[in-house]
Order: sequence, then structure tokens, then C-alpha cells
Amino acid sequence: MTALPIPNEAVAPAGSSILHAEHITKRFGGLLAVDDVSFDIPERSIVSLIGPNGAGKTTFFNMLTGLYRPTEGQILFAGRNITRARPDIITARGVARTFQNIRLFGAMTAIENVMIGHHARMRAGVFGAVLRPPWVRREERDTRERARDLLKYVGVKERDYDRLATQLAYGDQRRVEIARALASSPRLLLLDEPTAGMNPQESAVLTDFMRALRDDLKLTILLIEHDMKVVMGVSERITVLDHGRKIAEGEPAEVRADPAVIEAYLGKEG
Amino acid sequence: MSELRAQLAEWRAAVGMRVPPWWSRALAVLLIVLGVVFPFLTGSSSGLLNGTIIALAYAVMSLGLNVVVGMAGLLDLGYVAFYALGAYSMGWFGSEFFAKLNVHVLVSPVARQLPGIHLNFVLILIASVIVCAVAGVIIGLPTLRLRGDYIAIVTLAFGEIIGVIAVNGQSISLGAGMTLTAGNLGISAVDAPYFPGSGIFSLLDERPWYWLIFGILLIVVFVNLRIRDSRLGRAWVALREDEVAAVSMGIPLVKTKMLAYAIGAAFGGMSGAFFGAYYTNVNAGQFQFGFSIFILAMVIIGGLGSIWGALLGGLLLGLINNYLIPDVLNDLPSRFGLHFQLTSVEFGIFGFLLVIVMVLRPQGLVPERRRKLEFTTDMVAGDTQLADPSTTTTSGGAA
Repeated sequence: MTALPIPNEAVAPAGSSILHAEHITKRFGGLLAVDDVSFDIPERSIVSLIGPNGAGKTTFFNMLTGLYRPTEGQILFAGRNITRARPDIITARGVARTFQNIRLFGAMTAIENVMIGHHARMRAGVFGAVLRPPWVRREERDTRERARDLLKYVGVKERDYDRLATQLAYGDQRRVEIARALASSPRLLLLDEPTAGMNPQESAVLTDFMRALRDDLKLTILLIEHDMKVVMGVSERITVLDHGRKIAEGEPAEVRADPAVIEAYLGKEG
Repeated sequence: MSELRAQLAEWRAAVGMRVPPWWSRALAVLLIVLGVVFPFLTGSSSGLLNGTIIALAYAVMSLGLNVVVGMAGLLDLGYVAFYALGAYSMGWFGSEFFAKLNVHVLVSPVARQLPGIHLNFVLILIASVIVCAVAGVIIGLPTLRLRGDYIAIVTLAFGEIIGVIAVNGQSISLGAGMTLTAGNLGISAVDAPYFPGSGIFSLLDERPWYWLIFGILLIVVFVNLRIRDSRLGRAWVALREDEVAAVSMGIPLVKTKMLAYAIGAAFGGMSGAFFGAYYTNVNAGQFQFGFSIFILAMVIIGGLGSIWGALLGGLLLGLINNYLIPDVLNDLPSRFGLHFQLTSVEFGIFGFLLVIVMVLRPQGLVPERRRKLEFTTDMVAGDTQLADPSTTTTSGGAA
């Protein structure tokens, strides 16, 4: 594996909370999408958010990344309030994400996509771009090299680096998206259904990959996932949402046995 | 047809492989040298030289609009506003218009005797860049929450507002008997550019004008190229492709879009200031909606998002509009016994050209590299697994 620079900010000791969400509520008009959810993610852990379709998982994700503003409640990331921060600010603070339906920039090559991920860590402005002093040249070169390293790290073949993102095979597009998220040097990585559309073997590879990510890059990972095999295999903690409400939380074994969870997924017995 | 196309692609790939890597630089140097010596071939004042000067100034505008529409993907139908503001900057700061004021900075001995504000051409050029960049941000702000067609409508309205202000500005008093604009009469006797050593530009010898706008164009192309291949250029493309993904990857939406509007507008302002001086008159009638569309046509015919395309589109339409139709082909209909002049149907000709280009070459004359990749790979897009990697690498390499 390639040596990758670890996030610029100092890594807090494992176990303390990196993300703390308090009483988060989101209403869209009359629809209550997320209802009073409190949530904690320990540093350097892998935590899953599960629940039936429409449970409010992606809405919750969008609030963590600043795309939606919570109607009520507040979100602390690494001790700082990010409840009303803009998405790009939150990314700069160290939260990166992937999307449920892959959202790569179709007109850009794989490597350019990953370079975009590094945007928040670059400094060149208009005058830097036009005059291109040595530090800007260096910044560009480093960004490109880093993007190559990341693509290699996630397992994209070298001949695909300069192909348009939309031309890549589905699994490679997922990989590029993860590389793009990693390019912003996140401390917290949010993966929205990363195994969607993958076969069991590919899912198993990705499960191992998530652990490697956490250990190599000292990351914390929050996962939305439908594949229970992946969820149970990789998560240290699981939070279950149903109809926007948190119905269970705990270690995989506890959650699996929880009657409320079984009811939400399978319906009431008798 | 498809065989022919395959054959062409093969030749093109072969040529692409044979040219050495320094060829694009050599070509650029050659084109610049040709551009510099061009006026010696045309004579000091001819229809062709005059048409070329205007075409070069159009190309500057086309490159500016390309930043907004092509690179950042924000459809702007009011670009004429920046032409107007640039031209008025020239009128305000380089004529007797504000006769009660007396400001002279680095101007010719003749202009020094005249009342009004008279700044050196370069200073006015910088002023027009600032005025237009600020105006670009002002027009950009209300479009932030909008997408696609709605942006087009807001910008269209902004262009019209500036046009109406230009016409009615003669009734807007600034005190001491001075007004904002001179309406349809025009602010006239705008100072000709003057540089120490060059003397005052005159319309008898148009060559200095040509070199001046050629120099401006070179700067604008250079700035465009540098920005395209920078962090900012990438951010524009990302926002154009997927706004939600772009902001989630750390691109500040407001700042990045505002920079696109401001930079695009600044180029329009430079061109407008040049026109103000070249026409020696800043007249409200010049700033019609149709001109916005004309500039947009240059960008689209050239290839949306492509710098070389916008340059070519601007030169081509500029020359057709200002040389080919009025000077060369104008009496063509009468030779066939028809009683009209070609200039009276020029918009019909442009519409026809636009349709032809869109049918035969929808990606534009010189497509942007990214769009070219998209167009050339559409045939295999259905099955990405079967896409032959060699075809994509060669087309990418030749770009």
C-alpha cells in the first residue's frame, strides 16, 4: 500500500467522540423526516446507520454535511459547532462523503475528479492561477501526485486515470468516488450505501477495505448500508432509524436481537 | 459514411502521433508572429483591417462570455451590459463629457487642454475591468439560488436594464448640469489612446489600433488558459457538472460563481472600452439585446467551454459581420437581379450558420477537450466494459 499523508489536524485519542449530534429534527413542510435524533460517533470507529427505506438516513447525512439545515438541534464536529455551516466549510473542517447514487463529475477524468476533492486544501486564487508562481506550480503538482496515489490506493488501474469518470466500470466509479472523498484529508468519512449494486464478493472486498481505511488513514467512518452482512461484519456500533426516529442503538449483536428492529424490518408478529 | 469517419479518425490519430510535443508551442509562436505582421499586408487603412480589428475585439468578448457560459455553465443572456459598462467607462473617463471636472492623468498634450476627465487608456482599461467585475458580481448575486433557464432570464433582464439606463441616462442628473449618459446622441469625441512614444492614435492609420487590440486579446487568451488549467477552472467545471457534489467536495459555491461572473464581465469591459475609443462615440443604441445573442452565437459556434473555440468563433463571426458581408458580398444579390443588400439579411445568415454548425458539428468548431471525449465515446457509452481504451487515449492525446 502506498504511504499517504494523514490528515493535517492532530488525531485525537481513539474513543473520544468526533461527532456529536443533539436532538436533530428536520421537517420538510408537514413531513417529519428526522425526529429528535441524538447521535455520537467515537473517534476512529466504524459506525453504521441503518433502517428501512425512507427512514431518514440520507436526510441525516445531508444535515451532517451541511446540504440541509436541521430544523432543530445542533451538530458538533471535533468540538466545534457545524450546525449552520456551509457544506464546503464542513468539508474543509474534515468531513467527506460519497453519494448513494454515484455523483462523479462526468466531464472530468478520474484523476481530475480526485483533484477536485483536494480543493479545500489548496490555496491558489485568481492571481495565483494567472501568474502561476512556483508555490502554485508545486501545489498543482502535489495535488496531481496525491490524486494518483489515492487512485492507486483505492485500486483503480493506471490506464483508467485519464479516462472520463463516466466511462469507468461501475465498481471503479465507486472507488473513484471514495478516492475523491479521501482527497480532502477527512477525519470523518461518510459512505452512503457504498455496496449498492455490488455482488457479494465485491462487498466483501469493500468491507475489508473500510477497515484498512480506518487503520491506514486514522479515519472515522459512518456508513449507511442495506447489506446486513456488511453492516454486521464491519460496524462497531449500529444506530437504527425508522420513520425518522432512532429506535435502537448498540453493538451489532444487541441490535440484531432488538425486538423493535426486527419489527421495523419484518413487521409485527401475528 | 461511417467508414469514411473511421478512416478520418485513423489519419487524425496518425498525425497526432507524428507531431512532436513542442508543436503546439511552435504553432502559437507562428500565429502570434503572423498576427503581428498582418497589418503590413493589408495597408494602413482598409476594410479588411477595420473588420479584423472589430473581430479581434469581438473575440475578447466571446472569450469573456465563454468563461461564464462555457466553463462555469451559467447561461448569460445579458452580456451586452458589460460591453455597455466598458464603453461608458471609456466615455466617462476619457472625453469632455464631464465638462465641469478637470482631471488629466498621463494623457496626450491635446487632451490635456480639454475640460472633462481624461485618463490614460491603460488606466481606463483597468477602470472598466473593475466597473464590470463589480457589475458582474451584482448581477450574479440574484442568480445564486437559480439554475439553468432561470439564470438566463435574470441575466437577460439585467442586460435590458443597463440598456434602458443607457438610453434614459441623459435625464439622470449628476448635478452641475452633467448627466449619466448622453442617450442616443452618444458621448462623443472620446479620446484616442495615447502612449508616450506612440503619439495619438488616428483613424487614418489603423495599424496601432490593430496592435493594441491584438495585445489585449493575447493577454485575455493567456489569462483564460492559465485559469482553465487551475484550481479555479476545475472548480467551475465541477460546479457546472454537479453543484451538490461540488459543494460537498469543498468548493465554495458563492465565491466560485461570483469569480466566473466577475472575470467574464471584466473581459467584456475591456473590449467595450476599446470599442468606445475606436468608434470615438459611446451611444446607447449600440447596446441592444441582439448583441448578447450575437456573442453567445460566437461561443456556441466555436465550441462551448473551449478557449480556442471562443477565439475562432469571435474572429469568424466578427469577420463575416464586418468584412465579408458588407465589403465583399454585399452586392451579391443585385448581381442576380435581386433588390436587396446582403447586410439587411445578416441576422438571417447568422441564424443559418448556427443551424448548420449545430446539425453538422454540435460540439462546435473547436470542442473543449472534455466535451470532445464525451462526443467521441458516446458510441460505446452503452457498454463501458467493451470500450476500447486505446481509442480514448489517442483522442485525448490529440486534443
